[in-house]
Parts: sequence; C-alpha cells; structure tokens
Amino acid sequence: MFEILEKTMLNPTIAKIVIKAPRIAKAALPGQFLIIRADEKGERIPLTISDSDPVKSTVTVVIQLIGASSHTMVEKFEAGDSYANVVGPLGNPSDFVHMSPEELKKHRYVFIAGGLGTAPVYPQAKWLYERGVAVDVIIGARMKELLIYTEELGSVCDNLYLCTDDGSVGFKGVGTAKLEALAAEGKTYTRCVAIGPMIMMKFATLTCQKLNIPIMVSMNSLMVDGTGMCGACRVSVGGQTKFSCVDGPEFDGALIDWNEAMRRSRQYQPEEAASMERYGK
Amino acid sequence: MVNKIPRVPVREQDPKVRAHNFEEVSYGYNREEAMLEASRCLNCKKPLCVTGCPVNIQIPDFISHVAEGDFDAAAAVIAKDSSLPAVCGRVCPQETQCEGKCILGIKGEPVAIGKLERFVADYQYSKKESATMPEIAPPNGHKVAVIGSGPAGLACASDLAKWGYKVHVFEALHKAGGVLVYGIPEFRLPKDKVLQKEIDEVTKLGVTIETDVIIGRTTDLDFLIDKEGYEAVFVGTGAGLPRFMNIPGENLNGVFSANEFLTRNNLMKAFDPEYMTPIRAGKKACIVGGGNVAMDAARTALRLGADSTIVYRRSEEELPARKEEVHHAKEEGIHFELLTNPVEILGDENGCVKGMKCIRMRLCEPDESGRCRPVEIPGSEFVIDCDTVIMSIGTSPNPLIATTTRGLESNKRGCIVADEHGATTREEIFAGGDAVTGAATVILAMGAGRKAAKAIDEYIKSK
Ligand SMILES: Cc1cc2nc3c(=O)[nH]c(=O)nc-3n(C[C@H](O)[C@H](O)[C@H](O)COP(=O)(O)OP(=O)(O)OC[C@H]3O[C@@H](n4cnc5c(N)ncnc54)[C@H](O)[C@@H]3O)c2cc1C
Ligand SMILES: Cc1cc2nc3c(=O)[nH]c(=O)nc-3n(C[C@H](O)[C@H](O)[C@H](O)COP(=O)(O)OP(=O)(O)OC[C@H]3O[C@@H](n4cnc5c(N)ncnc54)[C@H](O)[C@@H]3O)c2cc1C
Ligand code: SF4
Ligand code: SF4
Ligand code: FES
Repeated sequence: MFEILEKTMLNPTIAKIVIKAPRIAKAALPGQFLIIRADEKGERIPLTISDSDPVKSTVTVVIQLIGASSHTMVEKFEAGDSYANVVGPLGNPSDFVHMSPEELKKHRYVFIAGGLGTAPVYPQAKWLYERGVAVDVIIGARMKELLIYTEELGSVCDNLYLCTDDGSVGFKGVGTAKLEALAAEGKTYTRCVAIGPMIMMKFATLTCQKLNIPIMVSMNSLMVDGTGMCGACRVSVGGQTKFSCVDGPEFDGALIDWNEAMRRSRQYQPEEAASMERYGK
Repeated sequence: MVNKIPRVPVREQDPKVRAHNFEEVSYGYNREEAMLEASRCLNCKKPLCVTGCPVNIQIPDFISHVAEGDFDAAAAVIAKDSSLPAVCGRVCPQETQCEGKCILGIKGEPVAIGKLERFVADYQYSKKESATMPEIAPPNGHKVAVIGSGPAGLACASDLAKWGYKVHVFEALHKAGGVLVYGIPEFRLPKDKVLQKEIDEVTKLGVTIETDVIIGRTTDLDFLIDKEGYEAVFVGTGAGLPRFMNIPGENLNGVFSANEFLTRNNLMKAFDPEYMTPIRAGKKACIVGGGNVAMDAARTALRLGADSTIVYRRSEEELPARKEEVHHAKEEGIHFELLTNPVEILGDENGCVKGMKCIRMRLCEPDESGRCRPVEIPGSEFVIDCDTVIMSIGTSPNPLIATTTRGLESNKRGCIVADEHGATTREEIFAGGDAVTGAATVILAMGAGRKAAKAIDEYIKSK
C-alpha cells in the first residue's frame, strides 16, 4: 500500500497528488513515469513523475480527470488513504540526463507544454536549469483558469511564455504559434521537448521540423504492465515497432507515425465510455 | 497382475456450458475415483514414469499411498520433489513426461499421474488446518534475494526458507505468481482456490514477497548486493517479452499480443465488469500460433463471446500445446486452420482489423529440431474475416536485468547464461527457469529454482 500524503486540486479537472514511495523517490529521473493501481478493481494507469524527493521519500503526480480510472483515483481517495499499487520509475530518463556537462552547455532548450503536459515538463526543466542550461518554457491552455504549474515552472526557466486560446492571459493562440513567433523574433533553440495531448505533440513536431529544431516528445500510449511484457504500448518510430514503456516514453517526434499513434490510443474507446457511464451511476 | 480397470475418466464441465464461463474445466477426482485409478499402477520396480518427470517425483510411492487411502503420506512423498503439486498436476504436459513413459501406455492407457497428483494436492488444501507444516530450520542469519515470483522463484524461495535463510522475493507486477497468475487462465488454474494456496504455503515459511518492485528500475541487483546486504540472488524473471511477426497491419486496432490479451483477462480480471480494465475479443478472433498460449488465448476469446480460430503453420501433429488442451479447445468449438500462415492483417478505413490474409503451407523434411519445416504453397493466399487478431508466436526474456547488472552475461537470444545448477557469470548471482532456457514449462522452471537453491546454499556455506 502506498500512502497519499497530499491531494490538491490545481483546477476543477486536475489534481496534484503526493505519494509516499521510498524506493521510487530514490531512483526517479526526469522523463520517467509510474503506474498506479488505485484499488483491487482498478486499472494500471501510467502517470508521469512530476516531482520526487528522495529525502522525504515522496513522488508527485498530476492527474487529469478523463475516464473512470482517473476519476476514481482523484475522487475516491484523500490524503491519508493509500493506493494499492505504485510501481516505477518506468521508462528511460530523458536523453539529456546522459549528456556530459560540456555537451549540455551547448544547448538552448525550449519546452512546449500543452494542458496537463505542463506537470511532466517541470522535472525536466528543473533538472536542466539547475545545471545552468538555457531553458525557455511555453505553456498552452484553452483559458487562464486551466493553466497549471506556472509558478513552479517560472522558477526553473529563463523565460516562461503563457498562451491561451482565448487570449485571457499571455499570448493569444497555441504554443506552437508562440514558438514560431519567438523564432521570427530571432530566438534560436537547439532542442525542443513537447509534452501534451498527441495532437499537440504532432503539431509541435511539424513546427519544429519547419524551424529545423530537433524535437523529443513523450508518448502517452495505452499501457498495461509498463515493463515490456504486453505490447499494448507499441508505436511506430522510424518504421520500426517500439514499445513506449521500455524503449521510450520519449522519442524523436519526427520519426513517429502520429496517425497510427492517435488511432491506437482510441482502441478501447467504447469500453472506456461504458466504464465511465457505470462510474457516473 | 495387471488389473483390467480402464483409466478412470475425470469429470468435466459440459463443453457447451463452460464455453461461456471461466470456471475450471476439470473437476478432478474424488476419493473413490482417485483410489480406483491409483490401483491401476503396477508399482514397477524400475518405474519409467519417474524418468519422464523432470523433477523425478517418486510416482509409484505416492500412488501406492493413494491406493491405500493414505493421502497425507502421498502428499509427503510428492513434497520431497515438488513445491507446486496442485499447479503441476493441472498444467504439466503429462503425455510427453511422466504419463508418456508409463508402461501401461504401451498397450493401453497410462496411469493418470497428473490427475492423481492434483487430487493429493487439492485434498491437502481442502483440509481445515492446511497441509502439515514442513520442518523449518532455525534462522541461519543469511539473506537471499529472489527476483520474480513465478514457479522458479517460488520454488527457490521455499527451499531456502526451509533451510533457515531469510528470503525476500521482489516481483514487478502487483501480484505474485508469474505466468501462473497473468498468463494461464482461471478455467485451467483457478487463482484463489489453487494458486493463491500454493503461494500462501511459501509465505507461511517466512518468505517475504514484495510486489511493485522492478529490478533494473526501482532498484538494481548491484544495490541489493552491495547496499542491502543480500549475500546471493536468484533471478527467475521468466521470458515475458512478446514476439510479433513483423507483417503489414500488425499495429492496427484489434491486434494484440497473447500476453496483453491474457494479462487483461487474468491479472486484471477484465472478464468481470466489476473490474475497470477493458478487453476486446471482438466477434471473430484469429489466434496465431499453436502452443499452450495460443490455446489459452483462443479459449479466453471464446468465453468473452468471440468465434475463435487457431491459425497455425504446421499440422496437428506438431501443435506444441498439451494434448488435453487441444482436445478441450476442440470440444468447446474452437476452429483450427492448420498449415496456414498469416502474411498480412487487413484494416478498414478506421484502422480496425477486418481480416487476415493467409497462405497455405506444406511440410518439408525435418529441420535440426526434428520438426518438419513448413513452406509456403505459392498462389494459395486467402482471407479469413475477423475483427481481432491475437499473436501467440512466442516470447523471449526481458533484457532489463542483464543490461542493468555489471558482469551478468546473456546470450544472443537474451537468455541469462547459467549452468545446470543456476550459476551465472557472477559468483553471487544464480538464475533459472524461462529467463535461462527461454519459454519452457512450469515444472522445468520449478526444478531449476530448486537446483539453484541447493547451489546457493552450498555457495553461502563455502564462503
Ligand atoms: C507514459 C505516460 C505518462 C502519462 N502521464 C500522465 C500524467 O502525468 N497525467 C495524466 O493525467 N495522464 C497521464 N497519462 C495518461 C493517463 O494514463 C490516462 O489519462 C489515463 O490512463 C486515463 O484513464 P481513465 O480511465 O481515466 O480514462 P479512460 O477511460 O482510459 O479514457 C477516456 C478517454 O480518453 C482517451 N485516452 C485515454 N488515455 C489516453 C492517452 N494516453 N492518450 C490519449 N487519449 C487517451 C481514451 O481514448 C478514452 O476515450 C500518461 C500516459 C502515459 C502512457
Ligand atoms: C499463456 C501461457 C500458458 C502456459 N501453459 C503452460 C502449461 O500448460 N504447462 C506448462 O508446463 N507451462 C505452461 N506455460 C509456460 C510456463 O508458464 C512457464 O514456463 C513458467 O511460468 C516459467 O516460470 P518462471 O518462474 O521461469 O517465469 P515466470 O512465470 O514468467 O515468472 C517470472 C516473474 O518475474 C517477474 N519479473 C520479470 N522481470 C522482473 C524484474 N526485472 N524485476 C522483478 N520481477 C520481474 C515477472 O513479472 C514474473 O512474475 C504457459 C505459459 C503461458 C504464457
Ligand atoms: S510434476 Fe508433472 S511430470 Fe512430474 S509427475 Fe507431476 S505431472 Fe508428471
Ligand atoms: S510406469 Fe506406470 S505403472 Fe509403472 S510405476 Fe509408473 S505409473 Fe505405475
Ligand atoms: S505497457 Fe505492456 S509492453 Fe509496454
């Protein structure tokens, strides 16, 4: 059992949850994720580690309410309760974790975070910023109320750009448009990392290709075990089948077959809708 | 001399009924049936059956106790060589092992050794105060880690615990049991009624099982050895990585590995709407492969409401699955397209499976493995309509441990290099089961775990 130490609603559909998990807290690196099974009847749900503290033995996840499982995890559990299972850290750390200090210094990173994807960007930006790497972050959301993690991210980057579809705060438009605008102003980046809904990562990839910036994306494929055992998470990368959970989750965006990836994430849509209907009752 | 009683048939659920539920197919023997069947054994002086059993259970010994009605004594005989009798009695390929060698099989039907073994184990578990507690040596102060809680890991852990070791099992999934819990379905191996009981026997010996720890990610072997004070480690991590065929259309929606399909159903209990994990068997499922895994996937799909067809590239003779499972599958109405191999999976405009293009095969001269090599018959392509395809063409070991442990060698096929006692290229690390041999059987994995336990005991004592 894994105790929930804190639960905070960041907005009406997104919760931040801090969990006690000593082994994982010690091992976690930026880019890695967890799988949580809330209770005996629960699904195994992959969630990016958005912070970890080896001293306090805690890991933090940020969960968006989507279907029955995410609703259960957020609505049926409070601080003091425990999740049945938390396993990780899964997947490979971001590639920059293995770069030498000299190599890191040469880079200028830009992160594009879409909606919920903002939380997973935090540990990466923090890791780079703490090592003196130039980091800009663009956060996009539909409107002001949906922006999350702005303060946290503001403290771990050189420039933070907020974007809203309705212009209620910051730049009016999507994150990729902001990146183009920055490029037009003469800003140069050597690396981009995009995390968010697949459709957003696809467009971020197209923009980066246009601007000639190498881009990494974090694939949020459907998963079961997260250890390479089932192949539910397969994704075509450069014409080869890869398993997101063990070969990824981060891949070169330019090599991803996006249409296939988006189609595969809808694989269980009717079953998930039925499950949500049962949950609502 | 030879009594003329025919092999006592085992009572089974009606195929038409069981095709719609997940309850166990075979009811097993009752006392009278078991004693009658046991009376058929000739108690051979040189029992061939024993040579056919990979762990050499003293078969005539235990069977003669069953014939006398002394089931506790029978259990004690089996326990000397097997720590998972209720499982092995159910899932061993007896027709090629113990029963395949039984002398009675030459002219007639062999003794139902597996069914008797199962009966003895079930009888023990059905008693109020469970099986007589085996003797446990006083704690000897040595710590051993076991990675993986499949049959290899469980067997190794239980022997070491009996000898006084403090044993800690690390398991990646949220439940112990390995393939026995995520792969083999409920209708062949009931999870709560049988498997959990055998696992409880192991924890009763004082073994700790910690789930949700992936060695190579959550922590690693070097850390366990250098920092957590484990003096030796047994790696029994199985062969869990699914293979695909690399044919066009394999990533369409509706194509699953047998591991995914079976894990959703068995480990996550997707067949029960109370559980939240979804599963999709579709209306018409094609299962590619001919082993136990393929039979399990086909029969699971059937129970979830799909019309299911096994597509296998060789002929019935070569089906690697247990004979009993093939027989049960046929009774339940599974179709077989033999000497047939998929070449492409076809999708509709939404990217969902709508059919599988196959080619007919014929068998040529036997290859090195002694099996006949299938070759394509040119121009024989045809399409099977289906909306689900389940790939059951084999698995290989997960490379995680080998790639995260210094000095631990593995071979080209990804199997950890170990000798017959489980010794690896690292002195304090032992390995066995599917992780070393590639996908094999429960009994071989169990046997490997026990041999390694002995080697670990010798290693630690010699230090
Ligand atoms: C490596 C990885 C990291 C992730 N990190 C996070 C995270 O930090 N926070 C977070 O909230 N979520 C994250 N996700 C996604 C999260 O796992 C899903 O949102 C969750 O499984 C939804 O479960 P549910 O039962 O609530 O919804 P479901 O009932 O499963 O889904 C409802 C609907 O959403 C769609 N959907 C479900 N999952 C996905 C997906 N992954 N991509 C696109 N569409 C989907 C389905 O098609 C369905 O129609 C991550 C996924 C992966 C693979
Ligand atoms: C569907 C199916 C049906 C089968 N039917 C039969 C049958 O009828 N008869 C028969 O004899 N055999 C059968 N087999 C084969 C048999 O189940 C296996 O040979 C046997 O289970 C192997 O045992 P093992 O202990 O080596 O590994 P496994 O049973 O595979 O157990 C390995 C365990 O290690 C865990 N693990 C892996 N990596 C790590 C890690 N890094 N850290 C922590 N834990 C880890 C896994 O999660 C797993 O629980 C079947 C197999 C399948 C898949
Ligand atoms: S363990 Fe398997 S092979 Fe050995 S006697 Fe029992 S059923 Fe037969
Ligand atoms: S070979 Fe057959 S008859 Fe002989 S001891 Fe073994 S089971 Fe009995
Ligand atoms: S989630 Fe099962 S292999 Fe990746």
